[in-house]
Amino acid sequence: MPKVKFDILESTCIPLPFENVDTDQIIPARFLSATTRQGFGDNLFRDWRYTKTGEKNSDFVLNNPNYTGKVLVAGKNFGSGSSREHAVWAIFDYGFRAVVSSFFADIFMNNALNNGLLPIVISEELLKKLHDLIAKDPSLKVKIDLEKQTFTILSTGDSVKFNINPYKKECLLKGLDDIDFLLSMKNLITSYENNKSLV
Amino acid sequence: MNSKTLFDKIWDSHVVRSIDAGPDVLYIDRHYVHEVTSPQAFNGLKERGITVFRPGKTIATADHNIPTKDQHLPIRDQLSRNQVERLSENCQKYGIELFGLNDPKNGIVHVIGPELGYTLPGMTIVCGDSHTSTHGAFGTIAFGIGTSEVEMVLATQCILQPKPKKMRITLDGELHKGVTSKDIIMYIISEISASGATGYFVEYCGSAIRSLTMESRMTICNMSIEMGARGGLIAPDETTFEYLRNLPSIPGADDIKSSINKWKNLRSDTDAIFDRDLKFDAGLIKPMITYGTNPGMGMSIDDSIPMSDDNGNKASSSFLKSLDYMGFKPGMKLLGHPIDYVFLGSCTNGRIEDFRAFAKIIKGRKKANNITALIVPGSKKVEEQMVSEGLIELYKSAGFEVRQPGCSSCLAMNEDKIPQGKYAVSTSNRNFEGRQGPGSRTLLASPLTAAAAAITGRITDPREFITEENKVKK
Repeated sequence: MPKVKFDILESTCIPLPFENVDTDQIIPARFLSATTRQGFGDNLFRDWRYTKTGEKNSDFVLNNPNYTGKVLVAGKNFGSGSSREHAVWAIFDYGFRAVVSSFFADIFMNNALNNGLLPIVISEELLKKLHDLIAKDPSLKVKIDLEKQTFTILSTGDSVKFNINPYKKECLLKGLDDIDFLLSMKNLITSYENNKSLV
Repeated sequence: MNSKTLFDKIWDSHVVRSIDAGPDVLYIDRHYVHEVTSPQAFNGLKERGITVFRPGKTIATADHNIPTKDQHLPIRDQLSRNQVERLSENCQKYGIELFGLNDPKNGIVHVIGPELGYTLPGMTIVCGDSHTSTHGAFGTIAFGIGTSEVEMVLATQCILQPKPKKMRITLDGELHKGVTSKDIIMYIISEISASGATGYFVEYCGSAIRSLTMESRMTICNMSIEMGARGGLIAPDETTFEYLRNLPSIPGADDIKSSINKWKNLRSDTDAIFDRDLKFDAGLIKPMITYGTNPGMGMSIDDSIPMSDDNGNKASSSFLKSLDYMGFKPGMKLLGHPIDYVFLGSCTNGRIEDFRAFAKIIKGRKKANNITALIVPGSKKVEEQMVSEGLIELYKSAGFEVRQPGCSSCLAMNEDKIPQGKYAVSTSNRNFEGRQGPGSRTLLASPLTAAAAAITGRITDPREFITEENKVKK
């Protein structure tokens, strides 16, 4: 997996205020035939982004020039369904570095953390407020400080602490990799195997 | 204080090391691999210059991205062919057993694992596929993982994983005629929503669960992920052991008797504490159908679509967007609504019992003219059994063509797509927008409900075809 560092991010947001956005919407199965991790951003939200005839759907937020940025502000239960990591690759490849929601599906959350895409959980109330604010002012900026675990809406000063597993936080701050970590424990794993077979 | 749930017992005995305030290093007994979520993981090994740590613990199959017709010919789509070829190359290079296309043991990963005896009680099992939860039916901790995690398991046979919370779902009471395990799990999901079990691992208990066959239990565990759970498991019992005894072989288990004695201890202690405890009455469950675009949007087949979302919010944009996509309105009844396609198959309902159930209703009848049916066995073994039981002939005389095994229209990676705007009553697991093809409209249901719809061409209560004695009406 790529070694990506994350520390502080200040950015405008792209809003997607729908609940239960599943990984089939993020990247439909017919685009999963690739054998590398690159290029999935082109088909991010493919069936919402393009019309049946392949033109850009002007109603969809990614095609609205008023909205740009590296933070995707989603709705509740984002990333449900299939375990396809391609969903995270597509979001990252498109240029997002963080996704904000009140609730993420478990596998999506793990996949995001394993690829340097920061999933930030905030309360439903704050998420609603954020969506309302972005609708009024697309140039609204947020600041994410991973070290301090704070998420701040810069124009209003609303600032909350978000949770992240301390191990994963360390990995993201330093650009460390799970597999290097596990490989360093091969002796321990082998001795676990030897003892297990005796049970 | 020392009481443990079954989940705790299996999990704790597989922890190689706990990281302070971090995830556990969890040892994996069985790793299933398929063509779609593995190539990038194998590439990762190559880039690191490392090999597969324990190739004997990984089993591979090609299932997601393969055609269900003319499997003896080269795959027409170049990208799909390339992906399937990569899997063969990677398996050969690293010494992984592969049941590839045209292998007599090929099939959907969650169908072949159990039927070939690779899934055994007490194991930890992972696969780059969210429906890995299926294997929980044997009393295993089985869950879906992403490709980075596939690479972890290939490299070290371990995975870094935070321990989920535990939920117990108890189902007591007796099931009515025409109600299947698919209806049970769709009912539970409709009650607790598509995210109601996120963060949890579920243990299913109760007399109604105990009364189910292994294949029916697999259907329940399979769809655990559709309510957000990492997985679901059922403690092994005599039904489990009987299933395992009847398998032609169990690779690696030389002495099944002593193994069974060991597996008998795999149960939650009576006073074990669960983080959440839910109870349902099997007697309240009717044949189910979905009306929206996530599996939580389900109802009894004779109900009306609710007027508002789960939170009572009538104007919820997500709720209305979903109904709009389906071409439905709040308050609408679905019985009698014309449909276009029927799909029987998938890791949820692609086992021999499902094809027998469907056959009960179509026997001596004819497929409705307006219906295109995709009938896809879950594996070569299932297909073989259909032949030996005369089911292929039975289906043919009712106007149904039986395809070759694969995931097929469940996720529509291959050519088995439901066209734009068309309605499909489907025995698969997801009714997401476009899941069965761009613009497709999926109504999830049991094999019995799918069969009833295939015969009438409309959404039909399967109980109309079933008499009180559970015999199919002539």
